[in-house]
Amino acid sequence: MKDEQISMALTDNSEASTLQKTGIILFASGILSAIIALAGAGNAQPVLFFWLAFGLSTAGGLLYAYTYFKNPSGIQNNGIFKNGVNNSGVIAWLTGLVFTGFYIILYWFPQYLEGLIRATDTFSVLLRNRPADQWFLYGTIYTLAVLVMGIRFIGKYRHSRYQVIRTLSVMFFQTGFAFLLPAVLLRLNQPEFYFSYFWPLKYSYLFPNDVNYFLNSGAVGYFMVFWGAVMTFIATPLLTYNYGKRWYCSFVCGCGGLAETVGDPFRQNSDKSLLSWKIERYSVHSVLVLVSLATILLWINSYTNGTVLGNFSGSFAKSYGFFIGSIFSGVVGTGFYPIFGSRVWCRFGCPMAAILGIFQRFKSKFRITTNGGQCISCGNCSTYCEMGIDVRAYAQKGENIIRASCVGCGICSAVCPRGVLKLENLDEKGRFEGYTKPEIN
Amino acid sequence: MALKVVIIGNGITGITTARHIRKLSNAHITVISDETAYFFSRTALMYVYMGHLKFEHTQPYENWFWKKNKINLVQARVDKIDFLHKKILLNDASFLDYDKLIIATGSQPRTVDVPGQHLKGVQGLYHKQDVELMEKNTAGIRKAVIIGGGLIGIEMAEMLHSRNIAVDFLIREQHYWASVLPIPEATMISKHIAEYHINLHPQTELKEIIGDKNGAVKSIITSDNTEIECQFVGITIGVQPNVNFLKNSEIAIDKGILVNEYLETNITDVYAAGDCAQFTHPRYKHPAIEQLWYTGKMQGEALAQTICGHKTMYNRGVWFNSAKFLAIEYQTYGAMFNTPAKGDTTFYWEHPKGKIAMRANFNASNFTLTGFNFMGIRFRQAVAENWIIAQKNIWEVMENLNVGFFDPEFFTNHNQPILTKFLQQYPKPIA
Ligand SMILES: Cc1cc2nc3c(=O)[nH]c(=O)nc-3n(C[C@H](O)[C@H](O)[C@H](O)COP(=O)(O)OP(=O)(O)OC[C@H]3O[C@@H](n4cnc5c(N)ncnc54)[C@H](O)[C@@H]3O)c2cc1C
Ligand code: SF4
Ligand code: SF4
Repeated sequence: MKDEQISMALTDNSEASTLQKTGIILFASGILSAIIALAGAGNAQPVLFFWLAFGLSTAGGLLYAYTYFKNPSGIQNNGIFKNGVNNSGVIAWLTGLVFTGFYIILYWFPQYLEGLIRATDTFSVLLRNRPADQWFLYGTIYTLAVLVMGIRFIGKYRHSRYQVIRTLSVMFFQTGFAFLLPAVLLRLNQPEFYFSYFWPLKYSYLFPNDVNYFLNSGAVGYFMVFWGAVMTFIATPLLTYNYGKRWYCSFVCGCGGLAETVGDPFRQNSDKSLLSWKIERYSVHSVLVLVSLATILLWINSYTNGTVLGNFSGSFAKSYGFFIGSIFSGVVGTGFYPIFGSRVWCRFGCPMAAILGIFQRFKSKFRITTNGGQCISCGNCSTYCEMGIDVRAYAQKGENIIRASCVGCGICSAVCPRGVLKLENLDEKGRFEGYTKPEIN
Repeated sequence: MALKVVIIGNGITGITTARHIRKLSNAHITVISDETAYFFSRTALMYVYMGHLKFEHTQPYENWFWKKNKINLVQARVDKIDFLHKKILLNDASFLDYDKLIIATGSQPRTVDVPGQHLKGVQGLYHKQDVELMEKNTAGIRKAVIIGGGLIGIEMAEMLHSRNIAVDFLIREQHYWASVLPIPEATMISKHIAEYHINLHPQTELKEIIGDKNGAVKSIITSDNTEIECQFVGITIGVQPNVNFLKNSEIAIDKGILVNEYLETNITDVYAAGDCAQFTHPRYKHPAIEQLWYTGKMQGEALAQTICGHKTMYNRGVWFNSAKFLAIEYQTYGAMFNTPAKGDTTFYWEHPKGKIAMRANFNASNFTLTGFNFMGIRFRQAVAENWIIAQKNIWEVMENLNVGFFDPEFFTNHNQPILTKFLQQYPKPIA
């Protein structure tokens, strides 16, 4: 009885509820087809299973996303904490387990994905003029997920133009810059390059190996090295000074894009305690130190031709790649969405976020302004902050929120029922000055 | 010996007072409250029922906060106060001494006096326990009736709507909250309520509640003798000071505990603040009892100063309030009533599609701003306050509205249409 009520409460009318159910059935059929493809059918009937697996699940996802447009526009959080999936319950742990399992297979046992990889061959040849591999499969799933869940997100927050625009932006950068463009580059026999990822998130772009490889690939390669360096050393500080880290984390980054779209149903599970803020600061800055160290060591090694460090720098960088690049950013970073909230990686691990955060905290025009004394301490802002920031702690004191970790998603401002919060770029001067009530007699 | 301060009530008023006393002094602070062990945000109760939040999310401080800041919390009910010997009697028959006592016991829902008022399924909404009761009373039901169209009434309607329970909403006025909102705003909200398929019955009152054989609500009869089937009746006709346990004691009470502008009662070393206090001499255009989150907080801040030896008058400042009617946000600044205050004139702009509106009131003789209403527009409080205090010229105000808009980035800015309409109605005098 109870569950039925809740699933109904998600949507406003029975038509929407039928659509939602149809969507879920289609999606489940897509997943089932994927499993059959994996069992071997994908090798035998690649094209059929491409359409079955990707077509059905995308259609189902779109139908489900469409139901969000049927609800009255405005905040649609009814029943979130009555529902096991979004709410760290048993189902959340199971969902987490499935996500995690997928990443483990993807990184270390890709042979089990053979059936699905073959199903994407035709698509891969079309785009890249070469057969698919596990990364192409992953990229396809990733991009589709961002697109479908992005549409859902837009439906859910369509009353807020800020939310719509930034979601279109991450959908665009994921599809264009992180999926199609690298594929086209391969097709043109150029190095595969992601123009929307920079060191230190894409750490290898400033490792000697990659730099040398690009430089040896002709003019396009030169441009790639140039682009990477400019983005890391010039554009990043400048843009962050003017707009805060959100220009990257909430408008460009693919990891952020996944977190905002696929991760949205889980954003409320991020921990808001002071303790986890402490852990976050140690952890994210340690990763930044490690990746910087790895980069420096590799360059020392490359200058000295290995005479000083021997194999050390290489294995150090490799361990970084294994523990941080694969386990942390992939397995934990996405696998644990349902348990630690959608931005686990961005919050505890991403070295790019760490750098952007340092700028944002100490040298930036960005802040979230609190509107006077209007806060009613309800806690919606803190609860729905995916970065685990206790927004209310500042808002109820009339203080501005200036936190290194804030990705500027703007959800706190959207869910606030009293219109208390505004993300803005203002004069740097006075950014820490809170509100004081003017006296009258 | 440190000063012994006892506070009754761990709501926003009691807790703000406690926190500020702690900032200012090393007094020994004890907060006694019966409702919950820890401070929570009453204003967020609706979100717990709707599943936006868990109850723990409504608690603004982590549980370790109180011990760390040496604020003693006692969960108990105060049954009696012996003002002569400065002793408090708790419901477990234990006593507590105080040097200074602050009463911040808040409100309780007003009840109706009609046949059937005690039937199962009839309730108000104020305490945490009311939400728990509502959870039980509404499990599996289809139809509900709400009596009284104030701020809590519309919250209750939204709560029930979130569970797909059909709502009939009885209000005394012609439009929703027309006792406070001018007719255009009230009409706009009434229309918005209809969009949610919530059935608003204007100028309708409750006459009788009818029960079934198990003593549960079956239907109600309205003042025009219509019967409406329902399994739940929400009574939201306002709140009143929660001071019954003090009746027949030495403390002076009218509706609430009578206080002066320092929040002092008639008894030395005893203070009252928040929803339970009533100003003996309210300020001009201000209510005698302020039943708001904001006012409770500001009273607590002022009172803490006084308790710590810096006698401070409570200064409400420029009146402000805010609410959300389903999806429409509302902010108000200055003394805004359903008709302009004496000597004021008014300007109203509404977006052609509804749901967005603004009103500015100004003095009809010297054209200075007196207040704002905003619907579906967020506006900076500091700007509104400063303009109202500075008695800014209304044409300057309207030309500079941009400075105050607080909507998120990329939102449509309505400055131009507002200004155009204003200048049509009130052409700028040639200086
Ligand atoms: C559903 C709802 C929504 C609201 N929304 C808003 C809003 O949006 N904006 C706004 O400004 N205001 C709002 N209010 C009003 C606001 O919540 C109150 O004005 C405010 O909470 C009053 O605070 P207080 O500290 O004075 O009293 P309370 O919060 O009532 O705290 C008093 C506490 O004292 C306890 N107590 C009482 N008697 C005794 C006793 N004898 N012994 C021990 N303990 C006792 C009570 O149980 C209670 O816990 C809302 C109220 C409700 C019910
Ligand atoms: S503080 Fe607000 S804008 Fe920043 S990350 Fe949290 S929810 Fe997003
Ligand atoms: S959501 Fe708004 S009103 Fe609620 S605690 Fe946050 S800032 Fe305050």
